[in-house]
Amino acid sequence: MDLYLLEAMVNGLLLGGVLALLALGLNLVFGVIDVVWIAYAELVMCGMYTVYWLHVYYGWPIEFACITAVAIVAILGFLVHLLIIEPILGAAPINQLLATGGLLFFLQSFATLLFGTDFRNIGIRLPVIEIANLYISYARLMAFGVALAGAIALYLFLKNTYLGTAIRAISQDREIMGLMGVNERRIYLVTSAIGGALAGLSACLLALQYDVHPFIGNTFGPITFMICVLGGLGNMIGGFVAAFIMSQIIAIGGYYTSTEFAYVLAFTFFIVLMLVRPRGILSA
Amino acid sequence: MLSLQGVSAGYGSFRALFNVSLEVGGGEAVGVIGPNGAGKTTLMRVISGLVLPFSGSMVMEGESLTGVPAYRIIERGIAHVPENRRLFPKLTIEDNLRMGAFIPEARRQFAKQLEWVYELFPRLKERRTQFAGTLSGGEQQMCAIGRALMSRPKLLLMDEPSAGLAPLIVQQVFDLVRRIRAEGLTVLIVEQNVQQVLEIVDRAYLLEIGKIKFSGTSVSLKNNEMIRKAYMGL
Repeated sequence: MDLYLLEAMVNGLLLGGVLALLALGLNLVFGVIDVVWIAYAELVMCGMYTVYWLHVYYGWPIEFACITAVAIVAILGFLVHLLIIEPILGAAPINQLLATGGLLFFLQSFATLLFGTDFRNIGIRLPVIEIANLYISYARLMAFGVALAGAIALYLFLKNTYLGTAIRAISQDREIMGLMGVNERRIYLVTSAIGGALAGLSACLLALQYDVHPFIGNTFGPITFMICVLGGLGNMIGGFVAAFIMSQIIAIGGYYTSTEFAYVLAFTFFIVLMLVRPRGILSA
Repeated sequence: MLSLQGVSAGYGSFRALFNVSLEVGGGEAVGVIGPNGAGKTTLMRVISGLVLPFSGSMVMEGESLTGVPAYRIIERGIAHVPENRRLFPKLTIEDNLRMGAFIPEARRQFAKQLEWVYELFPRLKERRTQFAGTLSGGEQQMCAIGRALMSRPKLLLMDEPSAGLAPLIVQQVFDLVRRIRAEGLTVLIVEQNVQQVLEIVDRAYLLEIGKIKFSGTSVSLKNNEMIRKAYMGL
């Protein structure tokens, strides 16, 4: 096989890891609370700015800047639920979409006001390493590893703890949760904070590869939603698989055509698959 | 153990319970019988906190339950086996039981309690990694009762445990209530299967259109001409 094609595929795989992490957070929130956070990618943008300011402006070591960014975006997720979703939890889904859509424009405009539209880079240049004649960016390799570790940590949490079991149970029967001694509100707040933390973790990984600017969310938002829908909204395993399918289409398509056209191919694939399997690739 | 005084409750402007008073003593098994729509399920939901009463008071072991949310009521030792079982269909049996042990006091005793529940229902142990949604009706009822027992309750509320089950399984469920009583639990059971429930309870209340119409020992209910005619077809 062509070495460059193989390299493109490896890069696609690495990109898939970060996309999978992004999709995981969005799917978790949707699966548990039944709310779509339209502004999810803007939370990622907030996390990227946090990393940038702490590291570049205040001179924090990158590790501490990243840990703080994860914590701050987790708090943001918590606040999104407390201030925006909770008051309209019983309302029609369209209202929740509009409210978090409003948050998207609010965050984009607020970031523009505070930071301007400059592209900012955290200025960390990680080396490109050579493995068996393949040139792979270390930043991408690390992002893939961390994303995978994050996904595994989430899986173990959901599988093995009481809180995790309650998070898996709640969408199956909300009313009965009280009889189990579960405070529904607390589950929603914890889930929102975890969703935020996943956005924050993605932000750290993306900050290593991309410049941050107020509209960076537009780069990842649509593809993340597409992946979630492709995997079946709320289906975390489906989203995980879909992330790697999409990233391969983008990588291989990009190799044979151009990066721009690769996205055309990816979205075409998405539209066709929605006609064939409207409830997601893993639906029965 | 549990005492209700003048409880009225309903949904919105609809009233399902009118001035209901009821007592359950420690170690007793008490039944609530009555026709469809009499308010039996509402009564259970009021006790476990899923429905807030309009008025009246509820006391469990000397402490008021009025206005306490459901997720706190279970900590007072009241577990509710809801109507239609309401298992989590896409969780395994063991995860369903784990949900039953969510409250902190129950978590500490999880392993011991799980062993006891599996001893009561060996069937559940055999199938513990299966999704609850794949169980038969009788097995689901066992799982629902097991889930409630995981919280180490003092009082078990059972809402129509025999509903939708084959006669042979109904018999098994009632035998099981006897065994649970023998373990020292207090039981409040709602049933339409009047004849059989009167065999396992000490006392019963007759609830009709939201009001207590009659109460007494199961012997006195079994001998009551009106109840025999209306509810036992005798």
